Amino acid sequence: MAKGIVKPNKFAFAEPPNELVLESGEKLGPITLVYETYGSLNANQDNAILIFHALSGDAHVAGYHSESDKKPGWWDSMVGPGKAFDTDKYFVICANTIGGCQGSTGPASINPKTGKPYALDFPVITVSDMVKAQTYLLDHLGIKKVFATTGGSLGGMAALQFAVDYPERVANVIPIATTARLSAQNIAFNEVGRRAIIHDPNWNNGNYYDKTPPNNGLALARMIGHITYLSDETMHKKFGRELKGEKQFETGFDAQFQVENYLRYKGFSFTQRFDANSYLYITKAADLFDLTDGHKSLAQAFKKCKDTRFLVISFTSDWLFPSYQSFEIVNAIKANRLHVSYKEIESTYGHDAFLLEVEEQTKTIKNFLAAGENA
Amino acid sequence: MTPYQQRIKPDYNIIHEFVKPNSSVLDMGCGDGSLLESLIKEKNAKGLGLELSSEGINQCLKKGLPVLQVNIDKGLADFTDKSFDYVILNMTLQVVYNPLFVIREMIRVGKKAIVGFPNFGHYRLRLGLALTGRMPKSKTLPYEWYDTPNIRLMTVKDFKTMCKKNNINILKEIYLSDSGKNIPANLANLFASEGVFLLEELK
Repeated sequence: MAKGIVKPNKFAFAEPPNELVLESGEKLGPITLVYETYGSLNANQDNAILIFHALSGDAHVAGYHSESDKKPGWWDSMVGPGKAFDTDKYFVICANTIGGCQGSTGPASINPKTGKPYALDFPVITVSDMVKAQTYLLDHLGIKKVFATTGGSLGGMAALQFAVDYPERVANVIPIATTARLSAQNIAFNEVGRRAIIHDPNWNNGNYYDKTPPNNGLALARMIGHITYLSDETMHKKFGRELKGEKQFETGFDAQFQVENYLRYKGFSFTQRFDANSYLYITKAADLFDLTDGHKSLAQAFKKCKDTRFLVISFTSDWLFPSYQSFEIVNAIKANRLHVSYKEIESTYGHDAFLLEVEEQTKTIKNFLAAGENA
Repeated sequence: MTPYQQRIKPDYNIIHEFVKPNSSVLDMGCGDGSLLESLIKEKNAKGLGLELSSEGINQCLKKGLPVLQVNIDKGLADFTDKSFDYVILNMTLQVVYNPLFVIREMIRVGKKAIVGFPNFGHYRLRLGLALTGRMPKSKTLPYEWYDTPNIRLMTVKDFKTMCKKNNINILKEIYLSDSGKNIPANLANLFASEGVFLLEELK
């Protein structure tokens, strides 16, 4: 089969004096969003699916950028012709978040006021801000209401925030492996990651764009993060106690177990594609995320989602966002007597299951969306 | 797919008689959602299903029904008192681990509860056990003892005794034969293959 080639697009908005007003009250502009689309928008403009990416994701959700491109987009198993998010039927949109580093405006972008990268002059952003920025993209594409919005992990938080902030703009919401607010444990892991970056001498208060970046800190943050995305069982199956070579008794503390080797590699390769400051800003946005903000309770947050259908998905081995966090979302929606379904998919993959547990997720999502077309 | 009207079983008709139009309904162990779908379409019910199996969940989603994948053995802790007009448990009581606990939860969460279950007191089952000396099998109980999901086998009489002992009020009771015909209450324990009860909390 021929490779599905996709080209990233750019959308610029919030040109001063019409900057985007952020939750903090600060203003950000101009803003560029890099986005990709798949399939085509129908005449009624009611077949759009807005996908939000997770912490380290980007706009490249599916397909390839060129014939020679080796790796497809991050959710290629779920997005494409005949897949869970069927691009023969739906017009799929995915944009890189503000604060990110894959083309959209973030701390590495040039601050028009100084002509230098923003670094820490970039304002604190929230999940609400990320979502708000994308409503401008929807306006630009001529989409008043999306057929569905979805995402895993941080992407699921954004999908929920979108439903709560813009209930009239979405018909179906599929939050996957996510939460209505981070737990103390979630925040704790993020904090360790941020400390690793901040304690890297190369971080230099965020000013490293013309120097060596804090790669050691960022790699360490990624190593910690990566452990939370896997499960005990996956790690056991993948690495066990397998050694790279002979058992060594040396004081160099080099990686001798395969799992050490793997984490080091994951950490290093992350530094080749991700900006340390973006990691700080986006994990902070996740920590600050709380769907109840501005509402009396979590249930109250969903009060206006009267015509929205929800499908909440969690995975049995996800210990980063365990099923109870998903069920908290279900309970809040249910308290309003709104349409909600919940599926806990059996999986050993841990949090990463939303990227890997393709078959059962596809069945579930396809059934839900197909019924949503007649709702 | 068969139209849902053709999938309606005799016990569904009884449940339809029990449920007033425009009610809210929680169907515990809703399976493929056939009953729930029929109540929504015919009775304009506002429904929610609870189901453990992935296959059941997928079938419900296909029908556009709201359904939650939960284990009803754990009770209804996530549901508030009297938050549904009816809580239904049809042909599922025999697979739950703690039936009394589940029924108590049903009458707590529902203003009324509907319970349908296979009657193990049916004369053919009694004869089967008496004559063969082995655990009987039937259309509603087709399994071997070691692989049956039906871990709680009771008779109509047993069920009524439990209700009496535990302050559970039986508002209505309807009994069906194998062929779906009504059986009078005084003959039910011997001749009914299934009983359907409308229950409420005794105040």
